[in-house]
Parts: sequence; structure tokens; C-alpha cells
Amino acid sequence: MAERLLEVKDLSVRFSTEDGVVQAVSGVSFELDRGKVLGIVGESGSGKSVTAMTIMGLTRDVNSRFGGEVVYQGRNLLEISDVEMQNYRGNEIGMIFQDPMTSLNPVYRIGEQIVEAIQAHERTDGKSARRRAVELLRQVGIPNPERRVDDFPHQFSGGMRQRAMIAMALSCNPSILIADEPTTALDVTIQAQIVELIAKLKDDFNSAVIMITHDLGVVADIADEIIVMYAGRVVERAATRDLFYDPQMPYTWGLLGSIPRLDRPRPERLHSIAGSPPSLITLPQGCTFRPRCPHAFEKCETEPALENRVETPGHLDRCWLGVDYKRAHRAESIGGETEAA
Amino acid sequence: MSTNGGGPLLEVRHVKKYFPIRQGVLQREVARVHAVDDVSFEVREGETLGLVGESGCGKSTLGRTIVRLLEPTEGEIIFRGRPIQKLGARKLRPMRREMQMVFQDPYASLNPRKRVGSIIGDPLKIHSIGTKASRKQQVEELLETVGLSPEHYNRFPHEFSGGQRQRIGIARALALRPKLIVADEPVSALDVSIQSQMLNLLDDLQTDFQLTYVFIAHDLGVVRHVSDRIAVMYLGKLVELSPAEELYQRPIMPYTEALLSAVPIPDPDLARKRTRIVLEGDVPSPINPPSGCRFHPRCRYATELCKEVEPPLADYGNGHLAACHHPLNVDAAALAAVTVAPQTPVEADESALPQDSSGESHPAGEGQSLD
Repeated sequence: MAERLLEVKDLSVRFSTEDGVVQAVSGVSFELDRGKVLGIVGESGSGKSVTAMTIMGLTRDVNSRFGGEVVYQGRNLLEISDVEMQNYRGNEIGMIFQDPMTSLNPVYRIGEQIVEAIQAHERTDGKSARRRAVELLRQVGIPNPERRVDDFPHQFSGGMRQRAMIAMALSCNPSILIADEPTTALDVTIQAQIVELIAKLKDDFNSAVIMITHDLGVVADIADEIIVMYAGRVVERAATRDLFYDPQMPYTWGLLGSIPRLDRPRPERLHSIAGSPPSLITLPQGCTFRPRCPHAFEKCETEPALENRVETPGHLDRCWLGVDYKRAHRAESIGGETEAA
Repeated sequence: MSTNGGGPLLEVRHVKKYFPIRQGVLQREVARVHAVDDVSFEVREGETLGLVGESGCGKSTLGRTIVRLLEPTEGEIIFRGRPIQKLGARKLRPMRREMQMVFQDPYASLNPRKRVGSIIGDPLKIHSIGTKASRKQQVEELLETVGLSPEHYNRFPHEFSGGQRQRIGIARALALRPKLIVADEPVSALDVSIQSQMLNLLDDLQTDFQLTYVFIAHDLGVVRHVSDRIAVMYLGKLVELSPAEELYQRPIMPYTEALLSAVPIPDPDLARKRTRIVLEGDVPSPINPPSGCRFHPRCRYATELCKEVEPPLADYGNGHLAACHHPLNVDAAALAAVTVAPQTPVEADESALPQDSSGESHPAGEGQSLD
């Protein structure tokens, strides 16, 4: 049995705003073991980034309210002080942000920024911290790291900046690496390189990874388990193969069907999920996906619980439809033959 | 997807776009960025031409040059039989009505201080079309056409999501009923679910408005879905041009093969089984592009020949052109029939067509194919 690193129990996050209370995350639970990759998939506004930032303690604010627990090494990270949180943030849990263009400081050299991260958590002299920075840049595949360590961010290409961000996130040997849409701003070719790099570094550093993305294709070959989020809730959770080959939630079907696929003949039209995600201030009654779901019926007016409805244990979903009905009908959405009008 | 097989709407002939790098007090030109380097192709009426390549390959520069947002350094751009590369601002204005652009970033391409009504209506005003009242009505119709509601007329861009903003950008491009729309990465900033809505919308509009698209993107998965033909660019050069499906069945240029293998497949078993060709490093600098075939430093089939001689664009039949000394997925018979395509860059060595006798070509089936 692998070592349990992180346990998120019934996490909820609310923000008070001028327009009302935003229910960003509601009742999200998952566990992360050492050596595993967890994928969190959902559209913009599904709460996936807020979940990640809450684990990192980055959503703390007078207007935020938290519920549930984030347990790391036996401690609830939601309850510790800001000063204590600093020992975890970066040191135990590292994070890679989406946009490598804006998350590096343009007026500091790449090396200085990595050294700063190292020295924030460890007492080392400048020289050895710099040596570590060069070594890290080498590990993430930057050519000529001795020279490039003194470059400014603008001298790096998009892919290299993301590599530098990864080097920074790894600088203190974190046990958990959270990657928030690490490849969205990048070319497909570079995207493939970065995903492979993250998978390789996970083994080298013996850590665990939470990979957040809106594209199921990105996590298909590296994730062990996948959580699909919608409107702040987990709507499906399964081992990667089960999620792709036996998806239970119509929302997951929609996500799968939206991807233009090279491995299948080109469909006349792509499947698309009609409409847009609901406002998190006034959520729809019942199942949150009901207004956009082509299969909705009366029962959907009450929200289904996240529970196991199929033979495979651990495969959870939030849908009232019968398993046989779903298996018979989902191909319409995933195959991309029809469109939910 | 194409409605007819009419003549070329747009012809691009040996177009070059260099950006000078100036330095010193005298602002002397010290180097040039070879953004687009001798590219030729044509776009037929009613079709969609996909233009793909990595960042920095010159695809956006080419797109902007086509609609004359940038002046070409050399070469001809012929739109509906008329050369437009030298037209002045005044003569260009009526042409602008017929070619419009949709930009990549839906956040940066809409003026945050203008209301949606004037963003979409301004093109009509500039070209003095209709009265104030009829323009308003037209804008409201356009809003409905792109899937927004007429009530959005008085809103500001910040009140919309990324996908909705991109719809506004499309409505603005449609306002003047253009013939040609150059769409520069119109979906790459969007979530996959919204992306598919947008692709379907572009598809519908093409039929309804008889549009011709030049669709620029870096993702071959997206491009396949919309395109009739696909042009692959690398470091300012056109390296492969092919009917859409054929490019996926039978990529000839190793760069295309690598691009195809980078597209993620949402199927864990297939994704694990597939061999991914990871291209090492980034695209080299377009200031001093590599000699010979520009792809040779990153190509796994490269030989001495590739370093020295720039390959001509060879015609492999069925409108499939590729510039490569060691083509993939080609058999001996096809190789023997290869001719130099008229789109070949001037500097390429026309005598250096790929030959079977060299023994270095890769027979059909060796290259990685997706089926």
C-alpha cells in the first residue's frame, strides 16, 4: 500500500462578493498517494483551480470561508496559521501555474528567482543555492544551464519558461506537485514535452502530482485517477481507464466528445455541450448539470449523491440515469455523431 | 465542407516578410527576422485552408500579411484576380470589406471601453453602410447569428466569458459580409467544450455566408476538423501542403509526422501504445535560420544532404506537396513520378528532388501512421 500524502475531506470554499456568495467548491473529497498522478478535469469556473489554491493556502482572505479538511501529514492545512503555512507552501507542496509568461518576474534573472525560492525555505549560502538552481535547470531539460541561469524570462521561449517554473516548484523537493493547466498556453509539441517531463520528474523526486486541465486528452496517458468537476462539485471520479472506457456522467461524455480526435474518422460535427456553466452564486436546483444535460428527467430536480453505481468499486458518479441506459446512449455523445441542441 | 470547387479567391506568390532589427544611433539594420520566407499557395473559393505550425513559424505573420495588416517585403498577393500587395490605404479600403480577421486573444482584441454594439457596428459605420437605425438592426441580427442575444447590444466586453467574446469577434468580422476570413488561432484560448461550440459555429457560418477561411492554428486535431486542405509551415517556409485527410493518413514531411504524434489522444490504452516522436528543443531562431532544409537540426532522418541543399516543394500527386529529401510514406512508383511544384521557393535547388536510388527514402508504412 502506497503512502498516503494528502487527504481532502468534504472541502468547501465560499467567497463573499458584492454580488453575493460564490460557492466555488462544494464537498470535494479525494486522496493522493505517493507516486500517483491525480487528474482534475473541468471547464473554467468548475472550481478546479480554487481547490488547488486552497490546498496551497492561497485563497485565504477575509472574504473566504472554508469547510471540511485538507489533511497533510496529520495536520489540517485549513486551520494552521499563515506563518506555519509558509513551511508547507513551496517546501512540501509545490505549484506550477498556468501562464509562464506572467508567473515569472520579468525584472529578475531566472536564476535569482530560483535561488530566492530555495533560500526562502533553507539556510544555504548564495553559491550553493545557485549551484542547485543550475542543477535543477539541467534536470528540467534547459540546454546550457550554466549560461541560461543568468537569462531574464523574456530571453526564454514559452516552453522554456514553463520548464523554469517547474524547476522553481521542485527547488525544495516537495512531496506534492500541483500543476494548474501547465500546458494550456503552449504549442502541442511543447505540451507533449512538458507532460512527459512532469511524469519523469515525479519518479525522480518520488513525489505525487495533481494535474489540473480542461482537456481530458492531456491526462489520458499520465493520470492514475481522474476527478471530473462541474460547478464546484465532483461529478465523476474513477481510475483513468474506467473513466475513459466506462464514463458514467453525461458531462464527462460531453467533454470526451468535444475533443477533435485524430484516432477516429472525422465526424460531420463535433459534439458540444450546449450553453455555458452556471453561475456559482445562483446554482440551478437539483443536479447542477441538468440545464445543459440532454438526458435530464424529473428525478434530476433533486441532486444525486456522489456514489458508486457500477460494478467497479471506487468509480463514483452523480447521475440518476440507470447504468444500462447510460451504456446504451453515451456513444451518441462521445462518438461525436450528434449534437446536444 | 466546401460548397464549390471554384477558382482561386486568393493567390499568394513567393511572399516574403522580413522584419529588420535596427541598432545603434543611426538605427542601422543589423539583421533580419525571416518571418515568412518565400511562401506560395492558393485558396479556392468556399474552401478552408488550415495553416499549422509551432509558435514562431510565421503562420500569424503570413495571415496578417494576406489581409495587408503587414506589408510583404517581396512577392505578390492576388485577391480575386487583383494584386493587392502594393495598394495604398485608400485603394485598400474597399478590399478590406471582403477580407476580415478573427484574432486569437478574445481579451485583447476587443476594446474594453466600447460597447458591443459599437464594436460590431463600427465596420459598418466606417464603410458608411446604411443608416444609424438599420445598422443597429444589422448588429442585433449578427449577435443572434453568432449565438448571442440582441440584448447584449449595450454591454461591455468585460461582461462576457472568453467564448462569448470570441463570438463578438466573429460577429465583427462578419459585419461587412466578407468573402475571406483569416482566423488566427480562434479557439486556442478556449476550453475544449467551448472550442467545439466555436468550431461548429464557424462551420455553420461558412455554409450560410459562403465564406472562405484561412484557419491558423497549432493544433492539428482542431485543424483537421475544419480544413479542406492543410498547409504546414516551419520557420517561415511552407513544408507540406495536402488535402486534409491525406495529411493524416500519409504525412510525407517528418515534421508533419512529429506534429501529428504530439496531438494528445483521449484514450489511455492507445496513448500508451503509441510512439511519440518528441521534437528536441525549440524552433531555431528565424534571424539565422539553419542552412539547407530548415528542419534538419531537429529531424531524426537528417543527412548531410539536408544540411546543404534546400529541398524543392515536390508534387506527389493529388495536390499533395512536400519539401523533403527523405520523404515518408512514399513508394518507389510515386517517387519516380514526382515533379517540382510551381510553388517551390526560388532559392531551393530544383534538381534535388527526392530520388529512389539514394536508398535513404523511407518506404510506405515505416513512418508512424495513426490508423
